[in-house]
Amino acid sequence: MFDLFATLPDTAMLSRMQFAFTISYHIIFPTITIGLSLYLAFMEGMWLKTKNLAYLQQVKFWMKPFAITFGMGVVSGVVLSYEFGTNFSKFSEIVGPVLSPLLAYEVLTAFFLEAGFLGIMLFGWNRVTPKVHFAATCIVALGTVSSSFWILAANSWMHTPAGYEIVNGQFQVTSWLEVIFNPSFPYRLAHMLLATFLSASLLFAGVNAYYLLKGTHKEFAKIGFSTAMFAILILAPVQILVGDFHGLNVAHHQPVKLAAMEGIWKTEKGAALRLFAIPDQENETNHFELSIPKAASFLITHDVDGEIAGLDQVEEKDRPQVAVVFTAFRIMLGLGGLMLLLGVAGAVARYKKRLFDFKPLLYLSVAMIPAGVIATLAGWYVVEVGRQPWLVQGLVRTADVVSPLPAETVAFTLGLFVIVYTSLFFTYIYFIRKLVLKGPPSLDEVQASLMNPALEDNDDLPATLNPAQVDIGYGQELSEYLQSKDKQGKDKQPQDKGEK
Amino acid sequence: MDIALVYLLLIGFGVLVYVLLDGFSLGVGILSPLLKNSDNKAIAMKSLSHIWDSNQTWLVFGGVVLFVAFPVVYSFVLSNLYLPIILMLVALIFRGIAFEFRFKSDRSQGFWDLSFAFGSIIATFCQGIILGALVGDMSSTKTLADPVDWLTPFSITTGFALLSGYGLLGACWLVRKTEASLQVVAKKLAQKLLFIMLAFFAVVSIWMLIDQPAVAERWLNFPGSLALLPLPLLSLFFAYRLWFILRERTEPGLKPLAYAMGLFAAAFGGLVAGIFPYIIPGRLTIWEAIAPDKTVYFTLVGILIFIPVVIAYNIYAYRTFSGKTSMKDGY
Repeated sequence: MFDLFATLPDTAMLSRMQFAFTISYHIIFPTITIGLSLYLAFMEGMWLKTKNLAYLQQVKFWMKPFAITFGMGVVSGVVLSYEFGTNFSKFSEIVGPVLSPLLAYEVLTAFFLEAGFLGIMLFGWNRVTPKVHFAATCIVALGTVSSSFWILAANSWMHTPAGYEIVNGQFQVTSWLEVIFNPSFPYRLAHMLLATFLSASLLFAGVNAYYLLKGTHKEFAKIGFSTAMFAILILAPVQILVGDFHGLNVAHHQPVKLAAMEGIWKTEKGAALRLFAIPDQENETNHFELSIPKAASFLITHDVDGEIAGLDQVEEKDRPQVAVVFTAFRIMLGLGGLMLLLGVAGAVARYKKRLFDFKPLLYLSVAMIPAGVIATLAGWYVVEVGRQPWLVQGLVRTADVVSPLPAETVAFTLGLFVIVYTSLFFTYIYFIRKLVLKGPPSLDEVQASLMNPALEDNDDLPATLNPAQVDIGYGQELSEYLQSKDKQGKDKQPQDKGEK
Repeated sequence: MDIALVYLLLIGFGVLVYVLLDGFSLGVGILSPLLKNSDNKAIAMKSLSHIWDSNQTWLVFGGVVLFVAFPVVYSFVLSNLYLPIILMLVALIFRGIAFEFRFKSDRSQGFWDLSFAFGSIIATFCQGIILGALVGDMSSTKTLADPVDWLTPFSITTGFALLSGYGLLGACWLVRKTEASLQVVAKKLAQKLLFIMLAFFAVVSIWMLIDQPAVAERWLNFPGSLALLPLPLLSLFFAYRLWFILRERTEPGLKPLAYAMGLFAAAFGGLVAGIFPYIIPGRLTIWEAIAPDKTVYFTLVGILIFIPVVIAYNIYAYRTFSGKTSMKDGY
């Protein structure tokens, strides 16, 4: 890897790097928004049910980070839908008949759905009734989940292809059910969805812990922190269990990838679990190994003397980059362990009635804000790099199906993506930070925006266009609706939020 | 019915809807530097913030249906037009994120206005170049292996043609969504752009007739070409109506946008008519490129079920936000 700057890698490598870079960047945002959209739907539902403004306050606050994150996901996702064709043209041509309909269904059942109702969800507060708005929020959440269904079906098929035949060098489908519900799909879908819920929960926990540490927005933070800690306590162990099932699935279908994950070079019985090592691809060995005897065999075969096939089961040219897979796997596992620890620590603190003031827990929560996203990324590196040199496991080699582009062209666009995405990422962080520092709207402001919905979002408009004083459309209707349900709201008057 | 033809119509439909809807979104971006004051720019952008995403989704739809039905074409076009496509996608990123950040920023609003404008202009120009490269290459007797020459005087001309066309759509959208002085500005811009666009469309049409025997054969071969005559006549009628309605002092509502879209649709129809039945002009017909049956029928079911639903809720979303975008409005 160090001669990267001396000579340009070939087109295949550059295209892989570009795809890896653009998809890694993209996956950050859906990982957050899928979980966040469910959280928003939950909170809005709770508000409709209980009429407790604190829930609405949660919705109003998290809606904005959600909007930015969703937007980032959209703009970076469009790139991917074209990149199959631009950089892997031969792949699109021969595997297109299997994968393209899955992507088409993703567009039809997810992208349109999200985009169609996102506008109402973000900007429709004063234009539709609360129930319709809630429906829009739920539909957006449904869209994000169904998007992951289709994209993971397509991805899983590349790992465990099924339901196809090859006719004149082109893949054709024999059974759509087998294509969609291919052997690794259920595990991958469950593992990824749990990862998004965990990532979102860690984000809530961290942001709310920050408020608790600072002593601001305390009542607001307590609801969020308590919910998130409860979610982590449940989700973390379930995720570890599902991950284990997924791992067994890999052992069964992709033994080479498993060998890379475990750093096992030679097929062995009673294989040790390597906790730490620096794999050396050239000499087919590990350096600085730290391991637990027989543990790997026990975990995978459930027998201390079980045999695990090593990387030597295939020729050198059919092996992935072991160091990447091995290390990424350990990063994921380590972070998973920390999440479990956080969940348990939260439960203990709750039991001792110190959930909101036990500082080490709060600091740990803040530190773990990015843990979910990093673990998800690491997991994807295990999965995707572990499949190399194949693009479709055992059938299509990545190097054989790249577009015949000049290396300089791909190097140029890769550079462009790196520059644009990096600056965009810092902009994103800057705005998220700004929203977090600004904090949630006060309960009074939430109340006021209910009584006069035109108040909503006036900080999105230039000061000269502030609609704060103007009541339009559903304002009256909504106020009546709420007053009939919410007796406390009766004596409150619409308040001006004031100029910024 | 012939499944290849069905898919050609579906892709045609998807591309046309994209061009019409994102056309006006991008058009507003193209015109935004001409709106001078910051509040006007804010209103122009605000008028799109709830729909730019769903409009842009049609681009993904068009791309993915092409991938489903004609995988050879998808991979050929995308790898051959690599740079303009990647540049378009990057420009669309700048356009899209401007919506997210413009209204959450205090000091950097000017930057996001620029991001919106340049993103829109470059994305549109790239789309025009892609269009020109595809339809301009057809007279040659090239094989699939030959690369497409995408930067030519012709494709640059189509790039400018599309800029003026999207600009017109954008101006007509602003006429619908704004009032008072901003609406007057939008009307004036629309009038100018109508002439510029007609001039460009005429140049491109004549260029194709002179340069490409296959197109000339189809359009100038009496009496077969009589069947195509309604398309240019319709374009002229729409242009004529648009011109008059833009000069009236009354509130024109949606009419200018409708006429401009009609003009666009007629021109699009004319373009496709000149190329049919080729899917990569001069190289590959739709019947040679169609994907296996299992693939196209499976997807067709989804399209037939979901596209009517998609259209229905998109109409609902548009109606939810109908009316003028202005200081009276909170969204």
